[in-house]
Amino acid sequence: MTATADDLLAGVARAAQIAATHADDVDRQARFPREAMDELAGCGALAALVPVELGGLELGLDVLAQSCVLLGRACGATAMVFAMHTIQVACLVRHRKDSAWFEAYLRELVATPRLIASATSEVATGGNLGASSAALEPQPDGQLRFDKKAPTISYGAEADDLLTTLRRSPDAEPGDQVAVLTRRGQHELTETGRWDPLGMRGTCSPGFAVTATVGPAQVLPEPFDRISAITMVPVSHVLWSHVWLGIATDAFERARAFTRAGAQRDPAGGDANGRRLSTLLGELSLLRAAVAAGLAELTTATADDDFAGLMTMAAALRFNTLKTTASTSAPQVCWSALAMCGISGYRNDTPYSVGRHLRDALSGSVMVANDRLHATNARLLLVVKDV
Amino acid sequence: MNDLIRTVLRDHGRLPVPMETLADSDDLYRAGMASHASVNVMLGLEDAFDVEFPDRMLTRGVFASVDAIAAALTELGLGAPA
Ligand SMILES: Cc1cc2nc3c(=O)[nH]c(=O)nc-3n(C[C@H](O)[C@H](O)[C@H](O)COP(=O)(O)OP(=O)(O)OC[C@H]3O[C@@H](n4cnc5c(N)ncnc54)[C@H](O)[C@@H]3O)c2cc1C
Repeated sequence: MTATADDLLAGVARAAQIAATHADDVDRQARFPREAMDELAGCGALAALVPVELGGLELGLDVLAQSCVLLGRACGATAMVFAMHTIQVACLVRHRKDSAWFEAYLRELVATPRLIASATSEVATGGNLGASSAALEPQPDGQLRFDKKAPTISYGAEADDLLTTLRRSPDAEPGDQVAVLTRRGQHELTETGRWDPLGMRGTCSPGFAVTATVGPAQVLPEPFDRISAITMVPVSHVLWSHVWLGIATDAFERARAFTRAGAQRDPAGGDANGRRLSTLLGELSLLRAAVAAGLAELTTATADDDFAGLMTMAAALRFNTLKTTASTSAPQVCWSALAMCGISGYRNDTPYSVGRHLRDALSGSVMVANDRLHATNARLLLVVKDV
Repeated sequence: MNDLIRTVLRDHGRLPVPMETLADSDDLYRAGMASHASVNVMLGLEDAFDVEFPDRMLTRGVFASVDAIAAALTELGLGAPA
């Protein structure tokens, strides 16, 4: 690993320490993890994917994935905010073509860190990323305007900028979409509800009505179906899975600490928990292997000419399955850890508390509904040959 | 070949406009073919032409127009497009 990757991971480790300190407060108050996010901004993590030619570190997705695990072990919400921001940066980097506007934007992101949120889901179409109802409307002065009702925009109130999916024009079909980046000052966000969820409380993700007016240069030059297939979906599923792995890993470590403390107190006691821990290590190892394989496959496919492999239905099936599997098994690991720690795990105020872990990990299956992905996969399985 | 492709699209494509209004080069997704329906189109084509599309050909682009589908079938050895 290069020196810059090591430096970045050292910065992320510092941020993770800070995140761990504030994790319970962030969770209890459903507040933005400001302290850790400031540290991530300060160490260059928010621009880590930006190419060297634009002044960035151009680190690989593996470093960012590892960062998500480090943060996930400390605070699920901080890790998820970082993952979501990184996904938006990945889309801008890979699909900017030779857009001068986006290149200037990415240079600026390196010089002065900015946080990017996303509005892909929509009240009218739910978690179906591939269809929009809201459209870009050309104005007489050449500008473009849009109104979008977003059911969920994580850290919408904190973000500097927003990446929004929309139909290309008022007469475009729902699937004929583009992605538009608007800067603070260009968009107006009106909260449409409170954020008081079960878990991932620090992501601060209420609904918003978004209205904005932008120049055509702020529309990503490639069509969204391509952005989605090559970058947004696979990178999201890979980074989210690493976040969930981090959460499950910390739950496992808490169960292990509980077991060790029990063995120290009562060396002659039974080793029932020790054996459960061994079983749980098996579950955690399967999750870890699934997540690592997903990252490795994405890295390989990204090296294809023109990302051809990522445009296939086999790839969609592959990365959907990573997401449904990891989001199912991570809460199961947390649940087993809770069963092992008993009341000490159930309480929110012991070193063995895993309630937050379980609640945070459960968000995975609704963050783009697993049922929806299984329905999509059911169709893909009819035509894909090699799974 | 294009006539049979059009028959499959009519039966499986669930397009919001009649097939007759679309040229062979028109983008079927722009014309409103949903990704759900495109899977049915692929299955329909495999049945009608008795072929199997390999995974590398199962992409949106390969099924984006009558012409594109004909080119894919030709690549699979099914005679020149009519
Ligand atoms: C912590 C968190 C943060 C998020 N942040 C953001 C964000 O920043 N930006 C953003 O755009 N989105 C974000 N989302 C995603 C967003 O909130 C939801 O995933 C999306 O709005 C879908 O909402 P839904 O579950 O109501 O709708 P749907 O996807 O429509 O699903 C509703 C239910 O209907 C069923 N269903 C739907 N479709 C099918 C189908 N085809 N087959 C079978 N069953 C189906 C499922 O059971 C599903 O649970 C976030 C989600 C979470 C949990």
